[in-house]
Amino acid sequence: MERPLTRNIRPGTGPLPIDAYEKTGGYRALRKALQTMTPGDVVEVVDHSHLSGRGGAGFPTGKKWSFVPRGKDAVHPTYLIVNADEMEPGAFKDRLLLEGDPHQLIEGIIIAAYAIQADIAYIFLRRAYVTAAHRLTHAISEAYDRKYLGRKILGTGFALQLYVHNSAGRYICGEETALLNALEGRRANPRSKPPFPPVVGLWGKPTIANNVETLCNVPHIVEHGAEWFRRLSHSMDGGTKIYGVSGRVKKPGAWELPMGTTIREVLEEHAGGMADGFKFRGVIPGGASTDFLVEEHLDVRMDFGSMQAAGSRLGTGTMVVLDDRTCPVGLVLNLMRFFAQESCGWCTPCREGLPWTVRILEAIENGQGRPEDVERLQRHTRLLAPGHTFCALAPGAMEPLQSALKYFKDDFFRHVHEKHCPWR
Amino acid sequence: MLTQQEVAEIEAEFVRYERKRSVSIDALKIVQRHRGWVSDEVLVDLAGFLEMTADELDSVATFYNFIFRKPVARHVILVCTSVSCWIVGYESILRHLRERLGIGLGETTADGRFTLLPNVCLGACDHAPVIMIDDDLHENLDSEKIDLILAQYE
Repeated sequence: MERPLTRNIRPGTGPLPIDAYEKTGGYRALRKALQTMTPGDVVEVVDHSHLSGRGGAGFPTGKKWSFVPRGKDAVHPTYLIVNADEMEPGAFKDRLLLEGDPHQLIEGIIIAAYAIQADIAYIFLRRAYVTAAHRLTHAISEAYDRKYLGRKILGTGFALQLYVHNSAGRYICGEETALLNALEGRRANPRSKPPFPPVVGLWGKPTIANNVETLCNVPHIVEHGAEWFRRLSHSMDGGTKIYGVSGRVKKPGAWELPMGTTIREVLEEHAGGMADGFKFRGVIPGGASTDFLVEEHLDVRMDFGSMQAAGSRLGTGTMVVLDDRTCPVGLVLNLMRFFAQESCGWCTPCREGLPWTVRILEAIENGQGRPEDVERLQRHTRLLAPGHTFCALAPGAMEPLQSALKYFKDDFFRHVHEKHCPWR
Repeated sequence: MLTQQEVAEIEAEFVRYERKRSVSIDALKIVQRHRGWVSDEVLVDLAGFLEMTADELDSVATFYNFIFRKPVARHVILVCTSVSCWIVGYESILRHLRERLGIGLGETTADGRFTLLPNVCLGACDHAPVIMIDDDLHENLDSEKIDLILAQYE
């Protein structure tokens, strides 16, 4: 099985320095792109590869790039932003790529920047990723020394400056328009759309934001072609995917597998199944803002389309497992506290609604809930649904809540009737 | 008053952005590195230097988990309280830290050695439970390990 994204990553050792990275074929795709392809060719091969955004939304990458004004309509500077603000609870896949093979990301950034004719790229890195910050900074200076960054890259007319922006820790910065405000030095509330960032983004200029894992795929697509990339996958979305598992399993971790690997295979073959003494009850498949799936969904393929058909989302592909000795109400309460705290406070439904769900869940968890509280929670999932809020934070928060109310409803009522948490 | 050293470090960041105010996060972190935290007085000076109002800069400063607007100890302990760490029991880690240090969340030890704060997911869920002390991540924790780790910070 081919694992292009993690081929250079060895647990417990540092990343490859630039010489070693080049020896494994690194920066060959950059040469190919800059010396034999037009920017339009690069957009086209990525479009044909069916690469879709790995930050969670799954938007086709080539299509996103094609929204940037080009030719006589081109605006400069154009910006490329690498969204490395991985703050979704349960997600740790971008950390693996950032720490494990920074040159792969940098090569992907330069090729992507060439495709959209960007002049400046920022890596928007979360504050807690200190090791990644050190390794990226070092790798970027190596790339400048080799003239892969700066002016006249590889002797062509293409130029790119690459900077790391170290954030200071706030979940909403992962939302791309909030991220733009953060970079501009404003309070990072999301912006209203349209206009969309590919046309009016950072400082009003065209801006593309791509996730770390998305960009790491780009050199491999350029080198081996769209068809090769599509064949890596078991689904309509091309390529491999980094899947992760945390919770009460034998071997929590992250693995690069074909896109469309089933939940069961990831859980049982790679995470080693449930830890001794724990039984599987459900899973939040793609980070905190995705709907629970349960036993009947174990054979669902983890790709964007299949997960949606099953009533959830692929999201980040890093799953959190709910076991039989963990209270589902307590778990959802933990998630809602996170979302309530991280709400930027800009729009009323999110700012006020999320703390209300926390208070209701606290009452239920502490044995003070009333039967109508369960209906009240249900109503909140509708009040905070897409279309009622300024951005996707609150609707995302409602996903685990609404599905917990569907699959674990009896557990909510047990709390109410027994007047305490049955797990405590 | 910003020190010359702080001004020099902040000015070195200007090259990366189109506007002065864009360095606000970097500038707040530089000030915090030198002083431990961001006081009202330095916030006002910094805002003037970045051509922002103090309120604008404060709306940035108070937005982030890692900018401290109150004094903190020499070492800041961030306890991950998010879902994966919750499942495997961050609560017992937190209880142990509280007992060991004699302080609750948001408090500082009398000797000024540790401040204890909760934090959202630190992105190391496969090694839960985790805490961060200053810039160091500590993984797969239990009570015994914590005692050894605390001893490393004076």
